[in-house]
Amino acid sequence: MKTKKTGVYIVLIIGALVFAYPFVWMIFSTFKPDGEIGNIRLLPVDWTIINYQLVLDRIPIGKGFINSVIVTGFVTTFVVIFGSITGYSLSRIKWKGRDTLFSISLLTMMVPFQITLIPTYILIVKFGLTDNLAGLIIPTMVTGFSILLFRQSFLTIPQDLIDAARLDGCSELGVLMRVIFPLSKPAIVTVAILTFVANWNEVLWPLIVIREQSLMTMPQMVALFAVGGGADASVGAQLASALLLAMPVVIAYLIFQKYFIKSLASTGLKS
Amino acid sequence: MKELFKKFNPGFLLSTPYIIHLMLFFIYPVIFSIILIFNRWDIVTPMEFVGFKNVERILMDEVFLQSIINTGIFLVLHIPLQIVVALLFAVLLNEEIRARGFFRTLYFLPVVVSGVVVTIIFQQLFSYDDGLLNQLLQTINLPQIPWLVSSAWAMPSIALMATWKNVGLYIILFMAGLQSIPEQLYEAARLDGSNTWQRFYYITLPMINPTMVTVFVLSIIGGFSLFIEPYVMTGGGPMNSTLSAVLYIYNQAFNFGHMGYAATLGLFFAAIIFTVVSLQRKFVETELYQ
Repeated sequence: MKTKKTGVYIVLIIGALVFAYPFVWMIFSTFKPDGEIGNIRLLPVDWTIINYQLVLDRIPIGKGFINSVIVTGFVTTFVVIFGSITGYSLSRIKWKGRDTLFSISLLTMMVPFQITLIPTYILIVKFGLTDNLAGLIIPTMVTGFSILLFRQSFLTIPQDLIDAARLDGCSELGVLMRVIFPLSKPAIVTVAILTFVANWNEVLWPLIVIREQSLMTMPQMVALFAVGGGADASVGAQLASALLLAMPVVIAYLIFQKYFIKSLASTGLKS
Repeated sequence: MKELFKKFNPGFLLSTPYIIHLMLFFIYPVIFSIILIFNRWDIVTPMEFVGFKNVERILMDEVFLQSIINTGIFLVLHIPLQIVVALLFAVLLNEEIRARGFFRTLYFLPVVVSGVVVTIIFQQLFSYDDGLLNQLLQTINLPQIPWLVSSAWAMPSIALMATWKNVGLYIILFMAGLQSIPEQLYEAARLDGSNTWQRFYYITLPMINPTMVTVFVLSIIGGFSLFIEPYVMTGGGPMNSTLSAVLYIYNQAFNFGHMGYAATLGLFFAAIIFTVVSLQRKFVETELYQ
């Protein structure tokens, strides 16, 4: 029994090394001069911050950070607001056409984005929203998945509570704000985390809609920096920009890890 | 506002923003993508009706075929690797162990980090001359591997990286699946004189089938959505060996201005995703309660 336990720990620790080492390697490599990065030694011999200086010189990464905060902030807020009011109207109010709308919202999750990618871009061009942060926000400001999650959560709230609030003269919005929301914190947290992570990391859509550097989001800027040779092939600078991009999500993850794991695991339900 | 709520059902009113969004960003794009199939268009000059030219072209397009083969190679390596690794760690983490939370946090870390970050890290680890992986191979006297520079190895390398990035999610899903198996089943099997392997094969595997299906579906969708990894690492090369479905759509639309053809590609890829997902439902999904 004892030897079995040891074996389990050995495999788990090897796993931990495999998942953690590339990140640790990245962190130390950003403090190495380029010639040293290929070195198998983990710690730098000559510590340097030249890679970070190079990143700041070449790309407006601070601007990229702000753009990403704006886009992610707006999208997350909108998805929570519109997802919850739609989820509420699709679960706790009876009206004609409700079930049809719910079926369509499920259908939107089944249609692969490869179909809508090009036509949505054309729509954005027609609205004159290319090179505009609104072009990144508007297409994803409400999602079928958030509606589904809110609807499932709202369905568990006892009808008596809702009836009581309605009898007290609450409007439907009032019921949502005073009764439903306080009881649905887990659903709100889940939707917020999923939307935050997905949008912070999104890079395909920004690459299509934004061409002007001062409007680029952080992942887009870092991706183009790595691919376009803006880094002058400096590996250290590429890694430094990648580290800056990873930091906000990693910090949020380490603080709220339980919620992160639970929320992202719930995407498994999608299928 | 009050008037409005009297005139219309409040349920309908609360859904109106979503209905408008749905019409603009779902119904219109789906219809427009069908129109685009029959047209040639570069967005700048007027649209030109070409009949079935786009469809004919796709059927003759060797690069399109190549991108499907690439995705197939990716999936054939990615799915089994992911299932084996995720299941192994899920079983181990379900043992009575210390620091379970610590291990779980670490394994899950790559899931939340941007694909851009992971791609930039692995581009260096995969480097032929001074990458960490080849240096490790050298120290144990194995030949170096041309990870990203050979057309035979490039896609498998990306599949390996994608497994590293995603497997944490499936470890969590498999752990939940394993915990839902009633202990009595194992007890009963033990009394019947079964061995560990038999219990795994006849109880564990069928009971975690729903998680298995999730891994398949998400991997298939993920394989056909692959974009930033080849975009940053290889540009689709060498010799189109890492050209993914989405990268090909992207190139056709935004490098060559072939909106009609790109939309046609999108529809074909979506049809393939649909077919593959329903096929796997047939073969992978088993009825639990017959």
